[in-house]
Amino acid sequence: MNLPAIKAIYFNEMRRTGNTLLQSIASPVISTALYFVVFGAAIGSRIQNIDNVPYGVFIVPGLMMLSLLTQSISNASFGIFFPKFTGTIYEIMSAPISYLEIVIGFVGAAATKSFIIGTIILITANFFVDLEIAHPFWMMAFFILTCISFSLFGFIIGLWADNFEKLQLIPLLVITPLVFLGGSFYSVDMLPEFWQKVTLFNPVLYLISGFRWSFFEVSDVSVGISLLMILAFLAACLGMVWWMFKTGYKLKN
Amino acid sequence: MTKTTTVADPVISVKELSKTYKGGHQALKNINLDIQKGEILALLGPNGAGKTTLISTICGLVQPSAGSVTVGGYDIINDYKKTRGMIGLVPQELTLGAFDKVWNTIRFSRGLFGKSADESYLEKLLTDLSLIDKKNSLLMTLSGGMKRRVLIAKALAHEPDILFLDEPTAGVDVELRKDMWAIVEDLRQSGVTIILTTHYIEEAEEIADRVGVINAGELLLLEDKKVLMQKLGKKQLRIELREPCTTIPALLEKYDLLLSEDGLNLVYSYDTRSDDRTGITSLLTAINESGLVLKDIHTSQSSLEDIFIGLVNPLDSQESSSSASGATAP
Ligand SMILES: Nc1ncnc2c1ncn2[C@@H]1O[C@H](COP(=O)(O)OP(=O)(O)OP(=O)(O)O)[C@@H](O)[C@H]1O
Ligand SMILES: [Mg+2]
Repeated sequence: MNLPAIKAIYFNEMRRTGNTLLQSIASPVISTALYFVVFGAAIGSRIQNIDNVPYGVFIVPGLMMLSLLTQSISNASFGIFFPKFTGTIYEIMSAPISYLEIVIGFVGAAATKSFIIGTIILITANFFVDLEIAHPFWMMAFFILTCISFSLFGFIIGLWADNFEKLQLIPLLVITPLVFLGGSFYSVDMLPEFWQKVTLFNPVLYLISGFRWSFFEVSDVSVGISLLMILAFLAACLGMVWWMFKTGYKLKN
Repeated sequence: MTKTTTVADPVISVKELSKTYKGGHQALKNINLDIQKGEILALLGPNGAGKTTLISTICGLVQPSAGSVTVGGYDIINDYKKTRGMIGLVPQELTLGAFDKVWNTIRFSRGLFGKSADESYLEKLLTDLSLIDKKNSLLMTLSGGMKRRVLIAKALAHEPDILFLDEPTAGVDVELRKDMWAIVEDLRQSGVTIILTTHYIEEAEEIADRVGVINAGELLLLEDKKVLMQKLGKKQLRIELREPCTTIPALLEKYDLLLSEDGLNLVYSYDTRSDDRTGITSLLTAINESGLVLKDIHTSQSSLEDIFIGLVNPLDSQESSSSASGATAP
């Protein structure tokens, strides 16, 4: 294991965020606060409890997931896209470092950032509502697994993208709709029956459902399936990255 | 440095290396090349010759299509960690992140190549490269020449045994070019093997021990610098006569002149690089004494291109020498 190399990449990535610290921390805090003002206080007060959970509290896990997914993807994709774009990737590709080590460095840093942002959101939420977490261990497990697997997914997008447009494409066109339609702000059984079936094809639903269960013990689908889905997603991403590196995909001529 | 092969194991050994890019362009054709420890090898060749491709392949940036490369006895694919750790690469383009600081970027490079932090070594490196006062500057605020030196610092940050410099002096002013040569010489003194690419024959002449000439993906020649320079150093003086002469006068015999068929031109070959005199003055005096009347004189020098052409098609080489300097007195 080339530990110094992993550390070099990891801390280099972390420092890159450090340079934009205010933006990294302020934006999740502000957007969370806005969601609480709009959905929690203004609209939420007119919405009845969902499964005995007040609406303002109910949306916390979904809100966290929304940020975790978008932040993980954008951080990780940008992290690997940027050196490709500037050409500085030559150094990494000529270094005595394995693909696994490269992935650990980049994805580790992106996942860490997402974890920090998620924690900030959780703390911010605490100022607005009373939060009790029923299963802290499972909450952490879903939290961390989400950070890692979606950072990995972002890393894949960063490897694949060869222009800024493509970099934005998937988060914008795929992830955001999936999160909004995955029950971040509602329970699936509030939908008409037909749409409930359709929603089951949305992988993000399982993520949010499992995460929400760890908070309130209420879920749309069973927790085991949620866990399985996220592990399957993680495995798929790992396989994809492995394939990309093995074939030198867009990295080597 | 004369016969270097087989004296010691080469530090880099390229065997039957070929590279065909995806589009179908063959950038390297069956390259065989041994590089000895501690030598400075200059790779000369025109644009698109395959110099960067060759370097990139050895450094692991380009996957070879056929053949093998060993560095320090290790295969570049199977033992890539070992081989890459020995190598530092300064790329042709000025590829640097804009928002990083000089100090951070060289620390990053050192770590990336598996070395633990060593502040004093890096400080010394920056001092040697006259970058120490730019230590905390953002990369985007540096001039092109400084960026080039930062790239060298990055390549040397992990104390490599082998340094690749891909056109280190492209777009660099005379002053900095001299600096660069001095840096290379210092590195050689410390035992680093250096491979550099260049378009300039003078550059190869100034610093290399051996010169390889690449054209269209083929290594046309690999020769001790001195030998090559002798070939390049040949100049020809063509003397146009006002009246044709049928035989070369006895007075001029010792100059080995060639007489053209029409008898109007005499050709004298000489070596500008020999320590002896060129013999032009005495030749001209002798011509005068022999009663021949000069109409014009031309000199021409074999250039790198001539060598290429000579190598590809030896029969043409005589004809194609380009005229390097013009005419004088009638
Ligand atoms: N990524 C690539 N894909 C396809 N062809 C390439 C690629 N890189 C280089 N080539 C081609 O391979 C040939 C050799 O290129 P290379 O960059 O090795 O030349 P070079 O000798 O370094 O030239 P220069 O002096 O201009 O730097 C060129 O014809 C070039 O167009
Ligand atoms: Mg080149």
